[in-house]
Amino acid sequence: MSTATQTLPQTAPALGTVGATLRKPSFWVVNGLLLVVGVLPLITGNSTLRESIFTVLISAALAASLNILMGYTGYVNFGNIVFFGLGGYVGFFAMSALGWNLFPSMLLGGLVSGLLAALLGFALLRLRGAYFALATIGVNEAARAFVANFEPFGASTGMHINFGVYSQYGGAASALQLSYILMLIVAIVVACVSFFVKDSRLGLGLFSIREDEDAAIVMGVNAWRYKTIAYVLSAVFPGIIGVIFFFKNGNIEPLDAFPFQRSLEILVMVMLGGNGTVLGPILGAGIYQQMRGFLLTNDLFKNLQLAFAGLALLLIVLFVPSGLVGWIRGRFPVTRRWLE
Amino acid sequence: MPNQLLQSLVDGLLLGSVYGVAAMGLTLIWGVMRVINLTHGPLIVVGMFATYLLFTHLGLNPYLGLVLVAILGLLAGLAVYFIAVQRVINAPYLSSLLSTYAVSMILIGVGTFVFTSSPQNVDYTLGTWGLGALSVPGNRVVGAITAFIVAGLLYLFLNRTRPGKAIRAVANNRAAAELMGIPSNRILALSFGIGAMLAVVAGGVIATFFPFTVLSGSDYQLKSFVIGVLGGLGNPIGALVGGLLLGIVEGVVPMFMPVGWVPVLEFGLFIAALVFFPNGLFGARRR
Repeated sequence: MSTATQTLPQTAPALGTVGATLRKPSFWVVNGLLLVVGVLPLITGNSTLRESIFTVLISAALAASLNILMGYTGYVNFGNIVFFGLGGYVGFFAMSALGWNLFPSMLLGGLVSGLLAALLGFALLRLRGAYFALATIGVNEAARAFVANFEPFGASTGMHINFGVYSQYGGAASALQLSYILMLIVAIVVACVSFFVKDSRLGLGLFSIREDEDAAIVMGVNAWRYKTIAYVLSAVFPGIIGVIFFFKNGNIEPLDAFPFQRSLEILVMVMLGGNGTVLGPILGAGIYQQMRGFLLTNDLFKNLQLAFAGLALLLIVLFVPSGLVGWIRGRFPVTRRWLE
Repeated sequence: MPNQLLQSLVDGLLLGSVYGVAAMGLTLIWGVMRVINLTHGPLIVVGMFATYLLFTHLGLNPYLGLVLVAILGLLAGLAVYFIAVQRVINAPYLSSLLSTYAVSMILIGVGTFVFTSSPQNVDYTLGTWGLGALSVPGNRVVGAITAFIVAGLLYLFLNRTRPGKAIRAVANNRAAAELMGIPSNRILALSFGIGAMLAVVAGGVIATFFPFTVLSGSDYQLKSFVIGVLGGLGNPIGALVGGLLLGIVEGVVPMFMPVGWVPVLEFGLFIAALVFFPNGLFGARRR
């Protein structure tokens, strides 16, 4: 991308930059935004608002996770939803078949997703650029085919939670509330991690891989290891989110867990807000969900939703490749302190 | 058992040659302009529906209709090139991946809107032909013959005609080709059009074998990737051989394991080929 260098950290930080990150205004802009929007439905007690913000938070957290790989490292992952589905399946299995509590199941979901990413990364990240992108398309198809045939996970019919399980969280209503609060926390954690990675040595390495992988390797960046770390980071959170989502949902099926279309929508969100920025994917998720809500309620556009998402993506890629936040940063340099 | 094996092998080879034609389109575009065409799957579906509509509404023989379908494919490819690819041809690969992906989302979105996602089929059969102990569906034989004719024509075009030679020159070294007076943008557009045409024609032939939906494209696109990688991306003749190989795998493997696992195996093959033979099974050495 032509504007890519603009998103590089201004100064080159050594290790231990957490303090420096915490002093950045842009860090507080993103987290303040998430917190204010996230707490709003808890104060007003409006459950419709809570549900719609829940959806936005999921998308925002998934988009921010994908951004660590796609935005920072420049590696497209068309199958990022695999980790959401797989983590969801593993956590769900732990809850429904093994009777685990939600919290250890979340950790397990995240852990298994991270492990799978490490294993896949071991093989796939030896591939460069477009070849890796190709392989990720296959990952999604293969994961769905695998789960649809895997008996312990209920094969093609999936699994469901016994309604009684919710009683240990104080009934279904408070289980919904609990899932929402957990989702808000995860979203904020993803945003913080995005900042910390961006300002660290790891982040610098990832950005240099994005700009020129050969040059990065020559300068001593262990590209393969850095890329694998980015891939694992971008997989752990979707795994955790999957567990929360399907806990709230109450059942899980292969088609719900690996919706290829969701992978694409998340990609559009990242590009819309600004690939490589922290605020961008989160903002993009909010805007996209608003747009989607509008299209879904409009009779004419209801069934053309995918086509519109595609059109939006095409226009962004062709005309505003740095996305909304990148565009603002490039156009109004004053805002760079606040928007990142 | 040996008889059954031979039968599966022949079925697989006949089917694989058609997959090979689809993959030739993908690999030609990659070879000439280093763009992975993610509209490949939807273009295959365009071919399926074009054949379906010509056959059901105009009563045109699906194999004769392929000529019209091919022209449609060429035009569709040119349109995709000028709308989505031309602007990002020199940008990092991320841009062309995403822009062709965007077009594929638009095609699938509109396709689902118009045709819904219910299965369709071209109700045209040539019966079953006996060949000694073997019996093969006539559609598959005619489909395979079509595939070999298309592959032969492509070979002649690339090697014997001026535009074909220009395509190879641009694939080899675009800057040098431009210095020799070759209008590279027009040649790139033509290559994209031909690549799309091959995908669409393959789709038209596949439509006479199996039922299909608007969403079928992703399966065949994945197969094309596997074949392209097996045969070496950028090598159209390798793609045909890769197609035959994949056909054999698809024909023979279901004898030994449930059919649902075939995609998992295909994917494993894909990864193995990508990691161990990045230039294809016939590639001389690593770049």
